Amino acid sequence: MGPRLKLFIPLILFAVLALFLFRGLELDPKELPSALIDRPLPSFELPALGGDRMLRREDVIGEVALFNVWATWCVSCRVEHPYLHMLAEQGVPIIGLNYKDDDTDALRWLEELGNPYRVNIVDAQGTLGLDLGVYGAPETYLVDAGGVIRYRHVGVVDERVWQDILQPLYRELKTGRVN
Amino acid sequence: MAASARLLMLLLLLTAPALAVIETYEFSDEELEKRYHQLSGELRCPKCQNQNIADSNAPIARDLRQLLYTQLEEGASDQEILDYMVARYGEFVRYRPSFSSATAVLWLAPLLLLMAAVVVVVLTLRGRRNAATGEGGSELSAEESRRVQDLLDESEKDA
Repeated sequence: MGPRLKLFIPLILFAVLALFLFRGLELDPKELPSALIDRPLPSFELPALGGDRMLRREDVIGEVALFNVWATWCVSCRVEHPYLHMLAEQGVPIIGLNYKDDDTDALRWLEELGNPYRVNIVDAQGTLGLDLGVYGAPETYLVDAGGVIRYRHVGVVDERVWQDILQPLYRELKTGRVN
Repeated sequence: MAASARLLMLLLLLTAPALAVIETYEFSDEELEKRYHQLSGELRCPKCQNQNIADSNAPIARDLRQLLYTQLEEGASDQEILDYMVARYGEFVRYRPSFSSATAVLWLAPLLLLMAAVVVVVLTLRGRRNAATGEGGSELSAEESRRVQDLLDESEKDA
């Protein structure tokens, strides 16, 4: 039995390897878990887009909301924009984080494409982005009523992402089933 | 022809040297510069995942280099800087992550594989040696040959 069992070793090795590779097909190495999950939104003091007032952390938290990192130089943000509109129309609060952008460009963008954001935080230097661990745009954070980050999605938020991931979490947070 | 060649030479001389991807920083201390190179080589760019921040020209890598420079000049220790980065970008940003339950497999796998390899080699060698001595054993000692001869003689007598 011993020597004959040895003959199966290559087959077993192949099966194990195939299993790992098959699993790998579904993994996206670009999806990094945020280091800030279940941690409070970092504090900041940054200007609001299109106004003189300063925004602080306390001004933008208080209800379950999406924090959307966007910029006019970000091509995917343009793709994402109509969907954000739809969400805003459904009553989902969206806070914009205008990341390393030019104010004039950003205002023109909102004028042309519409403004789904409750308010826009101007992060021209990317300081808040750095504290959030942002490494590109678009990124979307789901923040609960207590200002704690619950989820981070890197890339475009579309129907699939919203239905499969964000909406269930959003609903749970709304009804307060997650502490 | 000669004129155009001369023009070409002139134009070639006028081309600007390719702009370096990586900006340069002036360090107040040589030691800081050494640590900058060491740390920027060890920190991984979150955007372009197979490069460290020293090699990457992604905007985020540039930001992180700037941050690294500022922190070094402000006198932060290596550990402080790494903690700061990890707090924001996760253990992922380190090419040498700290040992934890999540990274245990990563750290221990090479050791385990090496040990497994040693075991396989030892077993194989022992198997081979056993096979070799087995062959040597087929030669009979004087005592054994005598016994064989006796048995053969006996069987002949019986026949």
